Amino acid sequence: MTDLSKNIQALREKKAVVEMGGGEAAIEKQIAMGKLTARDRILSLLDKNSFHEYDLFVKHDGRDFGMDKKDFPGDGVVTGTGTIFGAPVCIYAQDFTVAGGSLGLQHARKITKIMDHALKMKCPIIGINDSGGARIQEGVGALAGYGEIFYRNTIASGVIPQISLILGPCAGGAVYSPALTDFVFVVENISKMFITGPNVIKTVLGEDISMEDLGGARVHAETTGNAHFYALSEQECFEQVKRLVSFIPWNNQQRAKTTEPKEPTAMLNIEEVVPADPKQPYDVRDVVKCIVDDSDFLEVQELWAANIVVGFGRMAGETVGFVANQPMVLAGVLDCDSADKAARFIRFCDSFNIPIITLEDMPGYLPGVDQEHAGVIRHGAKVLYAYSEATVPKITVILRKAYGGGYIAMNSRHLGADFMFAWPSAEIAVMGPEGAANIIFRKEIMEAEDQNAMRQEKVKEYIEKFANPYVAASKGFIDSVIEPKETRALLLHALKLSVLKEECRPAKKHGIPPF
Amino acid sequence: MENKENEYVDFVVTARKYKTLLTEKYKNRKMWHKPFVGDVISNLPGTIVKIYVEQGQEVEAGQLLLIHQAMKMYNRIVAPVSGVITELGVKEGDKITKDHLMAKIQPK
Repeated sequence: MTDLSKNIQALREKKAVVEMGGGEAAIEKQIAMGKLTARDRILSLLDKNSFHEYDLFVKHDGRDFGMDKKDFPGDGVVTGTGTIFGAPVCIYAQDFTVAGGSLGLQHARKITKIMDHALKMKCPIIGINDSGGARIQEGVGALAGYGEIFYRNTIASGVIPQISLILGPCAGGAVYSPALTDFVFVVENISKMFITGPNVIKTVLGEDISMEDLGGARVHAETTGNAHFYALSEQECFEQVKRLVSFIPWNNQQRAKTTEPKEPTAMLNIEEVVPADPKQPYDVRDVVKCIVDDSDFLEVQELWAANIVVGFGRMAGETVGFVANQPMVLAGVLDCDSADKAARFIRFCDSFNIPIITLEDMPGYLPGVDQEHAGVIRHGAKVLYAYSEATVPKITVILRKAYGGGYIAMNSRHLGADFMFAWPSAEIAVMGPEGAANIIFRKEIMEAEDQNAMRQEKVKEYIEKFANPYVAASKGFIDSVIEPKETRALLLHALKLSVLKEECRPAKKHGIPPF
Repeated sequence: MENKENEYVDFVVTARKYKTLLTEKYKNRKMWHKPFVGDVISNLPGTIVKIYVEQGQEVEAGQLLLIHQAMKMYNRIVAPVSGVITELGVKEGDKITKDHLMAKIQPK
């Protein structure tokens, strides 16, 4: 054997040792929990043979508590680069088989190095979280590591897409990296995310709760809104990630990759999806499916704040973001959660050059003390802020109800919408006819012999006069009243016309959105 | 979310009734009740370390009632209003939960 081939052999052996992570027993334990190993997760996500690992030989520099005698392969995290459907990505996966995936300074430095790389190369960063938390033996070094990750998450925000997968525990300070990223993926029975765990809660508060009930996948997908995608298995989760990556651009200087334009395939008649009676519910996603290419819609945060629907579709092959009121849930009202959900999505689209189509059918804001006290004013304001701030093409289609503050909030002309369409069934008014009639005709109703009959009559009068799109159209607030069947064609037209849209804003360091 | 027709309920927004589904969060929301000014309620679970007053005693607003140890801190609990203590819901050494009525004061 020549010297070089000896060296090559030595390298292979060294690599093989480190690639075994925490060793066979630990790997078996990982698999028994229904989890893949860190490397297998990366390989499942990336295009075949595209993964190139970085920093395989990094060692921790812990000195205390016997750490100087301990060797942690890869320091508990696998990092590198690869591609997903040909798109370059930077990726890291914490390795739970090595010291419980605990984060020490070198572990964190491997992560920040790959994050810096992603930011420099302008490609998405994907983080797979599976860690017991800070490596306590390293003390403040571990905390420094977290802080350096959070800082980069913030700097990269709006520059490159940031995706987090929670495939194991992610507790304490560690949760803040995913929270700062754009999309968080969780898997049933595997993801556990919380600031304070069940033990501490039990000791301090006396509340007895399981990890799953406190911060399991379903909780974050449905109740807290911390997660954006929910899967039943890791494999399903990887498919979701790949699908998302196919819809979004690599960075904020580019547009999402286009696909072959396709006609919608939904076997639905758009005119029949929406009931004429504005009080009757329907699934607004059926309208979306009648509009988008191939009827293919990737919904974001499907389970949380379901009274608003957000997600990605394609129009003539170009990615478009949809924001749509959902009359089927809470009548499609805006409330604290749905406002947060919509605002964040709008800001993602705006950052990444994705036009926004708004489908509007909403009766107003959710009434209630709990909403008012939870700050629905400041939450609701986020929607106004996000729409007004956005400079990507903004198109609204009013399907039925557009009442009051909701009409203004849902990308109205007044907030800078580029195209305003309304179906003939649209009702654009300051409030629902019943409420309006009660106020405007209060005197007539009070003085009538039969108050109910008079109220009915006045409601009818109001409906005839104002519950339509023509008053708004007469003021130019709506550009055109269109037939539902024309919707897709006109949206395509509007998108085509706005390809070169440019909108200048006064220079500023950054705005101060009502967080 | 198919075949939910039978689960649709009436839901009123500005005097108009809509047919729709409710979310779990909405169904589980807490009804609001006006808090009573004289109720001294714990904001955190913890331990009652020391009590300085007795039932029936007259107290001034701001007067120290008890020490409630919670989150590793000795919290001074003071009278929110001047009045008479009509009820003491704790004794020294008690471990209490959040929202525990520690004392009730009948305002003067």
